[in-house]
Parts: sequence; C-alpha cells; structure tokens
Amino acid sequence: MSDPQAGNTSIAPKIERVSLTERLGAWAPLLLVPVLAVLGLIAIANPSTWITLTAAGLAMGMMIFIMASGLTLVFGLMDVINFGHGAFIAVGAFVGFTVLGYLSGWTAEPSIWLNLAALFPAIVVAMLVAGAAGYVFERFIVKPVYGQHLKQILVTMGGLIIAQQLILVFWGPDAIHLSRPETLRGSVVLGTAAIEKYRLVAVAIGLVLFVAMRLVLNRTKIGLLVRAGVENGEMVEALGYRIQRLFLAVFIVGSALAGLGGVMWGLYQETITAHMGSEIMVLIFIVVIIGGLGSVEGCFIGALLVGLLSNYVAFLMPKASLVSTIALMVIVLMWRPQGLFPVVKAK
Amino acid sequence: MLTALLSGDTPRSKVLTVVLLVIFVSLLLAPFLFPGTRSLETAARICIFIVLVASYDLLLGYTGIVSFAHTMFFGIGAYGAAIALDTMGPSFLSILIGALGGALVAAILAFAIGLFSLRVKAIFFAMVTLAVASAFLVLVSQLSGLTGGEDGLNYKIPRVLTPAFKLMDAKIFDVRINGKLLAYYFVFLCALALFLVMLRFVNSPFGRVLQAVRENAFRAEAIGYRVVNYRTLATVLSAVIAALAGVLLAVWLRYTGPATTLSLEIMIDILLMVVIGGMGTMYGAVIGATLFILAQTYLQELMGAASEATSAVPILSDLLSPDRWLLWLGVLFVLSVYFFPTGIVGRLRGAAK
Amino acid sequence: MPDLLTLQGVHTHIAQYHILQGVDLAVPEGGVSVILGRNGAGKTTTLRTVMGLWGASQGTIRFDGTDITALDTPAIARLGIAYVPENMGIFTDLTVRENMILAATDGPPDSARLDWIFELFPPIKTFWDKDAGTLSGGQKQMLSVARAVIEPRRLILIDEPTKGLAPAIIKSMTAALAELAKTDTTILLVEQNFSMAKSLGTTVSVMDDGRIVHTGLMAELAADSALQEKLMGLSLEAHQ
Repeated sequence: MSDPQAGNTSIAPKIERVSLTERLGAWAPLLLVPVLAVLGLIAIANPSTWITLTAAGLAMGMMIFIMASGLTLVFGLMDVINFGHGAFIAVGAFVGFTVLGYLSGWTAEPSIWLNLAALFPAIVVAMLVAGAAGYVFERFIVKPVYGQHLKQILVTMGGLIIAQQLILVFWGPDAIHLSRPETLRGSVVLGTAAIEKYRLVAVAIGLVLFVAMRLVLNRTKIGLLVRAGVENGEMVEALGYRIQRLFLAVFIVGSALAGLGGVMWGLYQETITAHMGSEIMVLIFIVVIIGGLGSVEGCFIGALLVGLLSNYVAFLMPKASLVSTIALMVIVLMWRPQGLFPVVKAK
Repeated sequence: MLTALLSGDTPRSKVLTVVLLVIFVSLLLAPFLFPGTRSLETAARICIFIVLVASYDLLLGYTGIVSFAHTMFFGIGAYGAAIALDTMGPSFLSILIGALGGALVAAILAFAIGLFSLRVKAIFFAMVTLAVASAFLVLVSQLSGLTGGEDGLNYKIPRVLTPAFKLMDAKIFDVRINGKLLAYYFVFLCALALFLVMLRFVNSPFGRVLQAVRENAFRAEAIGYRVVNYRTLATVLSAVIAALAGVLLAVWLRYTGPATTLSLEIMIDILLMVVIGGMGTMYGAVIGATLFILAQTYLQELMGAASEATSAVPILSDLLSPDRWLLWLGVLFVLSVYFFPTGIVGRLRGAAK
Repeated sequence: MPDLLTLQGVHTHIAQYHILQGVDLAVPEGGVSVILGRNGAGKTTTLRTVMGLWGASQGTIRFDGTDITALDTPAIARLGIAYVPENMGIFTDLTVRENMILAATDGPPDSARLDWIFELFPPIKTFWDKDAGTLSGGQKQMLSVARAVIEPRRLILIDEPTKGLAPAIIKSMTAALAELAKTDTTILLVEQNFSMAKSLGTTVSVMDDGRIVHTGLMAELAADSALQEKLMGLSLEAHQ
C-alpha cells in the first residue's frame, strides 16, 4: 500500500517559469550569425561580393568547426587541454595528399563520381591515420599528465613540435601544392556572384557533420555518456562506466575529425605545410573560447562567426583580419566570460 | 659577499656551482677565450636569452602563470630601441629613450593583460595570450611605415660600439680591442645586472609571496595577500625585463625584425629553455639558455656529420639531418617535463642532498 | 549472518589532510545502517573511500568477502554498490529519463521496476522528459535515489539525503527510504537528521574526528539520551 504522502500532493511542485528574457537570452548566440551577416552586407554594400564572401566565410567556418570540435569536446569531457591538436590537422592533410597522389588518375577525370571515389578514401585514410596519431598522443603524451594543466600545455606543445618535425622528415621541408579534383574546381555563378564549388561542398560536409554530431550526442548512449561525463565524470564512474575508455575514444574521434579538417583545409588553401596546424591553431583557440569550452553548439556558432568576420574584414581592411577576430573574442568574453554556451560543470 | 650579491640564492649543489662558474667565466672572457665573430655572436645571444628566459621563469616558475605573449614584450623593447635609434640617430640617449619607451609600453600592456587574466580561467588565459601575440606579430608586419614591416629596421648604433671604433691599437691576447668588444661587454654587463636584479626580486619577501600564491592561490588569499596585485606586479615586472632584453638584442644586432623577436619559434624556444633548465630556479634559465643556444649553433654540425655517416639508411639519415635538431630538442623537452620536472638545476640540487 | 561491508583500520589522506584515522565499520546485510556525526567528522569521506573515489592509504575494505580496497570506482559499482552523493550528482543537462537510462547498466529499465519507482517518487514520472536541471531540490534528491534503485543493488550508499530539504519533503523521502529498506537491499545511510535516522536505522555508528566512536543498535541509542549527549555534544532530539 503506497503512502499517499510519498506523492507529496499537499505541496505542489514548484516549476520555475523561465522568463521571456531568459529564454531569449538562451537563443541570442544563435542570432549572432545572421546579425553578423547582415552587418557584413551593410559594410560591403555590393550584394554579389557579399554573397561570395559569405560563402567563403561559411566554408571557412565549417572547416574550422570540424577542426575545433574535437578540441572542445576533449577539454569539456577530460579537462585536458591539447596544444598539439594542430598536429592531427597537419597529419591529416599530408596523408590525404599522399592518397590523392596515388589516385591522381581519378582526380584528373571530369567525372564527379571518380573524383568522389578518389576523395573518399583520401579522407578515410587521413582520418584513420590522424585517429591513430591521436591514440599514440593520448597514451604517451597526455595520459601521464591528467589533471595537471600546466604540464599538459607544455607536453602537448612538445608533442606538436615533434609531430611537425616528423612530417618534415617524411614529406620534406617544402610547401606542397594540393590540387582540387577536376569537378570541384571553378565556381558556380549566381547572377553576378561567383561561389567556388569547393566552398559549397565544404559547407555541405560541415553541416552534415554538425547534424551527425548532435544526433550522436543526443540520441545515442555513447552521446549520453559524453554529455554526462562533461558535467560530472565522477558520477558516471560511480554508475559503473569506465570513463577512461570513453576519454580515449573521444580523443581519437577528435583527432580523426581534426584530420578531416586538415584534408579539407588543405584542399581549400591548395597548399600544405608542416606548420599549417599551428598556424590555424590561433583561430581554433579563438573559436573554442568564444563557443565555450566543451560545447559543440558553441563551437559551431563561434566558427561561423570567426569565418564570416575574417572574410568580411579581409575584404574591407586586409591588415585588420586577425585583430578583428581577437576583438570579437574580447567582446564575447565581456558579455559572457565563459563563452557563448558554457558547459555547466558539477565540480 | 658573494652570497649577498646573489641575494642569498646560492646554487646549493657543487656540480651546479661549477657549471655556473664555467658559464660565467666563459661569458666574461668570451672574446678572449673564443675568438671569432661566430662565437661572440653566440655568447651575446646567450647573455640576452639568459635574461629573457629568466624573466619568463619569473612568470611561469615563480608565479605559475602560463603565457605565450612573452615574445611580444621582447619585441616591444627591441622595436622601441630600434625605432629610437632609427629616428633619433645613433646615440646612447636614443638607446635610453627607446628602452624607457619600450619598457613603459610593455608595462602598460602587461598590466592590461594581467587584469584580463582575472576574468578568465588559466587555460583561457594561455590561449588568449597566444592569440594576442599572433595579432601583434601581424600588426607589426603590417605597420611597415613605423616598423619596417616584414623586412624590419636596420639602423646605426653609437660609433663606440661598432667594429670601426678602436679603443686601443694594441691587441690583448691577439684580440682586437674595438667597438664590437665594447658592445659585447655592454650586453654582458647589462644582462648580468638584470639577472642579479631578478635574483634579488625573487628572494625578497615579495618573491616569497609569489611562490605561496603559485602553490595555493586560495590559501594565500585567505591569509590576506591580494593575489591579484601580486600576480599583476609579477606580470608587469616580467614584461619590463623582457623588453629590456629586447633592447639589448636590438643594440647588438643593429637590426630588428619580426623574425628575430616576435616569432612563435622564439616563444617555444623560451619554453624549452626554461623547462629543460629548471622552472622556478632562475639558474635554470642560465643553464637552459646556454645549452639551447649552443645546441642551436653547434649541434647542427654534429648532426650533419651523423646524417652523412648514416646516409645509406633512409629514414635514419633524415631523422639525424641538422635541420631536424628541433625534433630532438622536442623529445628532450617532453622527457624533461615527465622525468625532470624540476629541470637540470632541480636534478643537480636533488642529487646534492 | 556475515557482514556485507566491512572496513578495517581504514585511513584516508586528502592532500596533506588526514581525514580518516583508522575507521572500523561493519555493515550487516539487510536493513539500514546509519552513520551519524557532526560536520567534518569524516562521514562523506568514508562513503567516498568505500566507493573508490578517494583511495584508502591504509586498511582494508571488504564487500561480500571481496577485498575492494584497491579497485577502481566503476568496478566497485559493478559489484552491486550504488552511490547517492551529497550533491546528488544529477546530470542537469540530461532529462530525467536519460539520467535513469544511464543508471540502468544491465540493459533497458524493467517496466515493473519503473512502475514501483514511479509510485515511490511520483515526480519522476511527471518530469520524465524534462531536463533534470529544472527539478527542485527535493525532486533532484528523489531522482538521485531513484537512479540508485533502477536495478536491484546489494548495497546503497546514501549521503545526507535530507540536507537542505523542506520538512514535508523530508517526510516523503523518509517514507520512500523506508519502503526501499523493505526490499532485498542494504542501505548505508549518512545523516545528521537524527529523527529521520532514528525512524529508519537498525544499526548505528557514530563518527568523530575520522574514527568510529560508538557502534550499536539504533533502538538502544535512541532510548539513551545520556549516551546521545555524550556522543553528539547535545541531545540529538534538539537537532531537528
């Protein structure tokens, strides 16, 4: 016979009504992207230039998102800061280049299917190798220094140096040209605006990845574990899960994603160098900070903002591009010191 | 008396004392012990980097703050002196004004960055300093009117410090006593003075509080020290000394450019030097800088020979190629962080007990 | 009947603090064992040490005969020990349903079991698809306990479940725990609320300064106010 008191019917449960301002506040960061786009339109004035730049900005943003998502998840889940993340980007790009080299017969053909048939294995192998590099990195460089942020920063930087030098050993010191497959060259013309085909592909891939990540995080048990682990790793262990294995898995996936980003970025720039990873790291850090460490959504929005802003400013005032991005970061931090979507940590 | 000069911070290890003494004497008598332009360049570089790395140790080792903006302050000092010498002519007054200007700008910037560090977590702070330093590099490269852009600035220094100037006709130990020698001793003496000042600083009551803050900021605050103030002051001091090191470099090289002062490579080099030498010891900077710069200059020759010798073995030869010296230093760096977290100095002191 | 959980001479150090200074505790199988003690006595540390969240620097911990002192937390949990921490450990970013799913490590939750939990804690059903962060304090506490019993467990460690809750909610929580105690599970309860502990507990241990200073039957302690005063400094009845 259940106790009527157990239902606590005498005192109604108090549900706090979320005020309108609070609800708007939660959505506000999402609005930043269209707002920035509109500001860009006003500043640039010419609609067709604006379309080209916006496409470029979105493409760049997507690629940065792909590269940065691993870093932010690893930090949110494992409280590990990996300054060597750029190594996976470079490794992915170089491995992708080598594979594409073998399949150059297919990339030169004007057939979209053959081109994709060449691109696909390049991406897969790049991701596998980058993921493997991630495994090695995690076991040998990161694992011994869990919980010690200072040492993490130092050793991961050391790991980055070593990785970059090894790339130089295996692929030589010169910058390498990476050409896009035949059907992905050139632009699509919309009225007076020209948009590079490759940029459209990049945006498509980025969107697919973002949706896929959200699905995995929200609909699968693994995703559940990651989200719970980001908030309270200790409790996840107390429920019986080996969170260490989860860490390793996330680290590897994050590295593989960085590898994917590397291939895409390499094809975007059409040049790859051993230092390309550390060059893009500054922007990645800015994106991760803006988005909030540990948040995939924040990273996505931050990346789009940085991509758009960089391209708009590069057109308007070329010298001010990086400075404007930093200014954006400072402004966001003034508004929300923990980033746009800070992860609520139970610690 | 020597102990007082060292502010009570003695080496505390026989081996370390010997090593430091060797380094000191070598630097003191460098023009005579190691004649030749290349060795003098190396010696001057070592002096300057000892100061630069020690100032970074003040920040990282003593205060526990990780920052990637240190080369920015180095560059500010260097450009301060460079611009002053370029615009106001080659005189010691220009150097002084450039130094003061550079130190002031560095102090103000460090103060602003220090305040910012309070609002954000340590990880954020490290990343932000990286971003700011990168932006500064880009800025300097772009403002070619003032800074000479990518090419940098070439300028004259006071004649008394140039090779053209002859102090005396006679040679001592077969070495010309010219302005280059004087320039070297200018650098050496300034570096020595700055190092001793830093030793004084970290061994003062202020320095002790810094170490308490580094160990446990929360507890230090609870005891009554305003952590904020100490951290900010340490940041500013570290930046000012880095700037002064930059002035020395500017005077010595007679050239200042983004590559010599602001690059990320230099920042990483500093990190390597301070960790391998030993964080939080000051003397670690001496050892680390000496080791690193000697390796940078001379190890490559050794590696070149080894690479030639193994040219039959494909990958091995490439791994030993002199251009890959950074690879091995990177490995040494990672190993140091794991196995010698206290660096060479820490190891030597530990062994002495 | 052999004790389900035993601690022998357990010491725990946190940084330089010596928190547990030789804890000897025996938890018999079945019923509710209570650990009483004032703030800072080491009650929470004891539970955390059992759970492996903090390592014991000395001593032995045995669960059902197995030495679990050196095991890691997931292994200890899998042996059948559930933990309801002081801060509840609710994943606020997840829904109530997701919190429960995570806790059901042996597969999807059994529907009969779920119905029983809904009866014990109606808010769980009401807020099934809502984010756990929107729950009130008492409801979060219910969720934390519900998570611990989604599947049958041998031992449940509960740390101050009534802390900070309104009296009416304390009453319903106590009733729910009483229901729980009737099942096959053993409960090790840490509490400062003596009246609640008195109504639930079968055995009691009092802790002070990192050691157990008294152990015995709850009924005896409840009847002896002189002993209460000696152990807790003042009459526990006043501590409501």
